[in-house]
Amino acid sequence: MTAIEILNLQKSYTFGFWRKHQKVALHPLNLCIEAGEIFGYLGPNGAGKTTTLRLLMGIIFPSGGSARILGHDMQDPRVKARIGFLPEQPYFYDHLTASELLHYYAQLSGVPAGDRKPRVTAMLKRVGLAEASGVQLRKFSKGMLQRVGIAQAILHDPEVVFLDEPMSGLDPIGRREVRDLIQGLKDEGKTVLFSTHILSDAEDLCDRVAVLHKGTLRATGTILELTAGTGGRVEIHWQGTGAEAAIAALGAECRASGETRRATLAEDRLEAALDALRRCHVRLISVVPVRITLEDYFMQQMAAPDRGAASVEGAR
Amino acid sequence: MTSRLAYIAFNTFREAVRDRVLYNLIFFALLMAASSILVGQISINVERQVVINLGLTAISLFGLAIAIFLGIGLVAKEIDKKTLYTLLSRPVRRWEFIVGKFAGLSLTLLVNTALMAVGVFAALFYVMRAFSLQDTYVLVAIYFIVLQFVIVTAVALFFSSFSSPILSGVFALAIFLIGTFAEDLRAFAQMAHAPARWLAVGLAYLVPNFAALNVITPVAHGEPVAGGLVLANTVYALLYSVVAVSAAVIIFEYRDLK
Repeated sequence: MTAIEILNLQKSYTFGFWRKHQKVALHPLNLCIEAGEIFGYLGPNGAGKTTTLRLLMGIIFPSGGSARILGHDMQDPRVKARIGFLPEQPYFYDHLTASELLHYYAQLSGVPAGDRKPRVTAMLKRVGLAEASGVQLRKFSKGMLQRVGIAQAILHDPEVVFLDEPMSGLDPIGRREVRDLIQGLKDEGKTVLFSTHILSDAEDLCDRVAVLHKGTLRATGTILELTAGTGGRVEIHWQGTGAEAAIAALGAECRASGETRRATLAEDRLEAALDALRRCHVRLISVVPVRITLEDYFMQQMAAPDRGAASVEGAR
Repeated sequence: MTSRLAYIAFNTFREAVRDRVLYNLIFFALLMAASSILVGQISINVERQVVINLGLTAISLFGLAIAIFLGIGLVAKEIDKKTLYTLLSRPVRRWEFIVGKFAGLSLTLLVNTALMAVGVFAALFYVMRAFSLQDTYVLVAIYFIVLQFVIVTAVALFFSSFSSPILSGVFALAIFLIGTFAEDLRAFAQMAHAPARWLAVGLAYLVPNFAALNVITPVAHGEPVAGGLVLANTVYALLYSVVAVSAAVIIFEYRDLK
């Protein structure tokens, strides 16, 4: 079942005195996110991640296209009771205590009156703020505000949760806790869409990711799919000496470690390299295709020339 | 729908009550009302007029400052601090937010005015040692002041829905000042030639007529206020506020919140 379906969603702004200049913040975007998956929305600063989330939340209006969340148009107020949203660098009413804020949001989200108090208490405990429940938010640190933000996003037990840079401002322990919390949401059957430029978080958590750059979707898929490409290189590992010169002559870089040697070279030179190893009578240990990391893949995508709005193929 | 509106209104009220600036303004208003006792005591035979004039003027000025100061930030502050993002991602409609904010600040002003009115009546009792029937007219003057606040809040909210807090404050204050002299503007229109006449007439009808809502001087002199004026001012203030808030809603409904 599809939880979020984005169809040609786009956003551009006009600027200048006569509003004649136009800046495209998001090229037509097509994306489907299945129910129950954790979906990572990756891209550098200014890629269009926050713009997409603001469009989906109805904070800004699209210049074109549409989106459906849980089968309803994204503008439909009925769907808002079934989603949760954590904005980037959240800021809340600082005259309220954490408990009051969550109570207020519970009221607005339609949580039944009898459920509000126990749910607020449980949520504060879940995000590690039980001790600070009666403290005004103006006295909260950035990390504490981020936790309150996460609490308000999931307070009303939403089916789909949108998190904009949820690890921002958190220390390593806090990041770990948020990662566990997101995983916990998935275990509860919820759909999570979170944006981040911290790739290790995406690698740890996401079922699928999308890579966005300059407002254009560059790719979507599982981490394995995206990093499966070897880049046409293989790593060979052998034991014994004497073959280094022959292997280096094939354009490989050799590294020694005790009696074993490793070399990475172009895949089309593999047969020649194996012949060289046979001739030198060394013991072959392994031949492994070089799998790129998500970071390598990400950097490749960032370095690739702009492919424009038409390059959204592969968006499932 | 109604409950969400009430929650937003109550939160706005709570925010205003916890705002320290508000306490400063109330303190100075009460101080000014108290000082009227002193001024009243050194005024021979006009103690009552002095206390009522000074007291109601204090309520009016400081209430106006609260209405503009808090009113201009109602929407802009929520956008600026992005607190609106978590509100609009819930089943809250944009018009509910605007109307809830307006109701919340109006409630704040009503409560503040009631508190300050108690101060004025206490000062009046201290000076006169007794209440008279004429003192009930003061209540009508206070009611008109509340109506002024409601209009100013609606106007400030209207400007706040599309411009910065500073500009909104300047616009709202300008509207209040022009509206205070609306009668003079109409008199000027009678004497002027077109197109200045059309401009003056248009402006006089466009801005709220605060002059008609100011009965402090006659009330201080013990003159009653006609029932017809009370009704007309009530309808006028409500209509003007509804139009201003509706305009704010329409603008806000289509606004990108960057």
